[in-house]
Amino acid sequence: MMHYPVLSVLIFFPLAAAFLLMVLPLTEDAVRRYTFAVGIAECLLALPLLTGFQLGEAGFQFAEKAVWVPQWDLAYSLAVDGISLLMVILSVALLPLCVLCSWTYVGKRLKEFHICLLLMTTACVGVFTAMDLVLFYIFWEAMLIPMYLLIAVWGGPERRYASIKFFLYTLAGSTLLLAAVVGLFHQGGTFSIPQLMQTDFPMGFQTWVFLFMALAFAIKVPMFPFHTWLPAAHVQAPSAGSVLLASVLLKMGTYGFLRFCLPMCPDASLYFAPMMIALSLASIIYGGLVALGQTDIKKLIAYSSVAHMGFVTLGIFLFNARGAEGAVMVMLNHGIVTGALFMMIGAIYERSHSRELSDHLGMGKYLPAYMGLFGLFAVSSFGFPGLNSFVGEALVLIGAFEAKVSIGMLAIPGAMLAAAYMLRLGIKMAWGRPASPRDKGWSDLNTREWAYLLPLAVLVVYIGLAPGLTLSVISPSTGKMIDDFHARTTVVAETPEHEAPATVAANTLSGAEQ
Amino acid sequence: MNFDIMLVLPELALLLVAAALFVRSIAAPASTSPRAGWLPTASIAVLAVSLFSLGARGEMFHGTYVVDGLSQLFKAAIAAGFLITSLFTPEARGVDEDKRDDYLMFLAFSAWGLMLLSSAAELMTLYVAMEISSYSLYAVIPLRAGNRNAAESGIKYIMFGAMATALALFGYSYILAAHGTAYISQLAGLDWSFAGNPTAMIGLILFLCGVLFKLALFPFHFWAPDVYEGTGNETAAFAATLPKLGAAAVLVRLAALLKPDMEITFLLALFAAVSMTLGNLSALVQKDLKRMLGYSGIAHAGYLVIGLAAGTAEGLGAMSFYAVVYLLMNMACFWVVCHLRCDGRNPVYADLDGLSRRAPAMALVLAVSAFALVGLPPTAGFMGKLFLLTSAWNHGYAWLVIVAVVNTALAIYYYLGLFRHAYTAESADSTPLRDRSWMGVVAGTAMAAAILVLGALPGGLYSMAVEAGTGLLP
Repeated sequence: MMHYPVLSVLIFFPLAAAFLLMVLPLTEDAVRRYTFAVGIAECLLALPLLTGFQLGEAGFQFAEKAVWVPQWDLAYSLAVDGISLLMVILSVALLPLCVLCSWTYVGKRLKEFHICLLLMTTACVGVFTAMDLVLFYIFWEAMLIPMYLLIAVWGGPERRYASIKFFLYTLAGSTLLLAAVVGLFHQGGTFSIPQLMQTDFPMGFQTWVFLFMALAFAIKVPMFPFHTWLPAAHVQAPSAGSVLLASVLLKMGTYGFLRFCLPMCPDASLYFAPMMIALSLASIIYGGLVALGQTDIKKLIAYSSVAHMGFVTLGIFLFNARGAEGAVMVMLNHGIVTGALFMMIGAIYERSHSRELSDHLGMGKYLPAYMGLFGLFAVSSFGFPGLNSFVGEALVLIGAFEAKVSIGMLAIPGAMLAAAYMLRLGIKMAWGRPASPRDKGWSDLNTREWAYLLPLAVLVVYIGLAPGLTLSVISPSTGKMIDDFHARTTVVAETPEHEAPATVAANTLSGAEQ
Repeated sequence: MNFDIMLVLPELALLLVAAALFVRSIAAPASTSPRAGWLPTASIAVLAVSLFSLGARGEMFHGTYVVDGLSQLFKAAIAAGFLITSLFTPEARGVDEDKRDDYLMFLAFSAWGLMLLSSAAELMTLYVAMEISSYSLYAVIPLRAGNRNAAESGIKYIMFGAMATALALFGYSYILAAHGTAYISQLAGLDWSFAGNPTAMIGLILFLCGVLFKLALFPFHFWAPDVYEGTGNETAAFAATLPKLGAAAVLVRLAALLKPDMEITFLLALFAAVSMTLGNLSALVQKDLKRMLGYSGIAHAGYLVIGLAAGTAEGLGAMSFYAVVYLLMNMACFWVVCHLRCDGRNPVYADLDGLSRRAPAMALVLAVSAFALVGLPPTAGFMGKLFLLTSAWNHGYAWLVIVAVVNTALAIYYYLGLFRHAYTAESADSTPLRDRSWMGVVAGTAMAAAILVLGALPGGLYSMAVEAGTGLLP
């Protein structure tokens, strides 16, 4: 087996490819082929991650480290664990699929479009692998510009509004994240994430840092009151943009909660957990209810994302092993299923040039393959047993009932709502009665569309039926994280309670003696 | 021996250039004079000399003139700034033909004054150097062909400038009266608190007025947008960048007086906070790009002062680093803005429409510099801001850090406007837009590349800046 710094290569290979694409004088078709080839090469380069990952190992693997700015103790430091490995693989695997699903969808400024896709891959892999706070922040912000361009240049009619809202919202959230980064450096003395995860900070400091970070992450997820940018951005973005947004970008927020909030501010996390759980439940129910009322297919899926991400944040703030496992599982499964749904909507949009549900009624008769796959993804999306989403949601629900029965009871209606809106969508699209019941002359899926949907469909069934392998990647890391969390919160929570009265008493006594 | 020619090589080189321009301006018959094609070459020579003498250290003229890490770093930056100016205004477009040589000469003298300023270690020397650079600028601001507003902005600049320098001189007299010396090294150990020595403290505040005027920090910021709007595009590029570098050098040198826990430092921090907020809020509503950059400059003056408030060698290093980066990013932004309009009028946002098609290189430079000005990674602007914020956090200025990051969120809207117009707006006019001289393209691209490289590898420049800071605050 070859030995090379896998993570660095995964980050810098697309970047180099983007630079090369910028200077090469390629024809339109050649640009697509080139980027597709780069995507396939990137996936092949990621193979050592699959073969070399030590199952059952909870710590960080594939670590790389180099000195960067010695004065501030900045390091170029990368690693993955069970929480981030699957996200990295997902980000990488989506690159060729995104190229394929935009093959005919994107017609203008092709070169710039593919440069943006490549830059997105670089930034996404960087976010999930960075082990230095500043490095993390750099990738976190670097992803804004290509995503902004994807929406603003290749988006729908209201792209200007949607893109600016996306940019301002996410940037405003992450400026306070920068303040938290600076604060953590001063309290902890380092920017290194693994070291900061082991540091105990005073409660007052934790509160502020938690709130600053939580705002940035909650906007990215997006959690209930901060979600308004998401439907706008999803609806206006081109399909590849929506896929990246749903599959990878939203996961960065929940990844942030798992990687930063819980380990670095355990007491504050515990303190704010009721609020976070309430917001998660609100996201689940609100997202489901609003999705139920949508007539725009893309918007429906966008709101369903709000609901599904609510399950993730719920799982995280339950602080038990099942919840955390389930959260990471939902992150992965939502990435696969929602990405696939957005690709399918993009495919049908190329035929109908509409996103309205009423224009897509009764397609089951004419497009059996399309509706078959759409049905598979839609059914998986609401957590049908035997398909992938079920595994994650079931784990989160188990965790919820473990933590408190009332939380579990409140999450159940959300799962039922998901079935309601997805079945409504599926039934109408397959068997609905169109206004003019004629064959619109749309062709069924072609080879290219099969090529990008089939891998995802296989994953849906595979993870659904045999989740063991995926879980054995996730469980050790989440388990260790939860154990650490409980070990540290009990220690810190108990000491002041016992000490404080004693100190007060001692001071009073000494004062009385004098 | 109190004079060593080897110590003042950069100043001498620039003085030679200025003198040569002076000879040209009185010798050549105005109408026939071709443009000074040798100027970029001469500027490269000045930069080379400055880089060569980066390591020079010494003292001259009985300690009034110091050659140390700080001064050499800033001299090199000033030389680089002058080189860029000369590269993108070799023709001094927008200035009447018969005044072009005078124009370039004044720019050279102004830069020369700034070089002296970065070495001045005594308040009167400092004052004189500041005046040398200011007077040249007073003369340059109104030189704009066929535009009456330029005269107005010239008057504004002179009035404000004279006012500020008069205050500074008044403050100088108080300082001298209170402490009996004007050497910064001797003043450093003395009492600057209001309770201990009110005369000295008021004197210092008044003296700082002169510097803050140069930096365009609140409450001495009023002139900046008006002057940039009125004066020629290239002149604005010069006036918006190099004098700030000089002012930053002075503030770093005066930092020995400004301990973090003093009233005057708190006052400066307050000015910085107001400056950022006011500058960014005002910039949001501007339509004229130069006015917008004027307000953004006010905000950036605020960011710079954060490093001063920290009062540590790291803080001063961060401040010097950010000053140099600001020179690069602002110059790069101005380079694009200067070339949007062939007729020399003030560019507005709409002029940027479709730029990514009409001039891809310019659009890219604009994108890099705009995102650097916001402080987005992976540009040097982000690194500079990170260093500033990190240095200030621990010294009771956490609130200033919060104000600064909130300001970043405010600022993104108008910088994003630049990017948005250049990349997403379509324009009816699709004729390619080109910088007529290849030297300008080289300068613009080099600046953008430098911003990205310093963003990825800031260590070298930063360690130089910290070394300069350690020299002043051991």
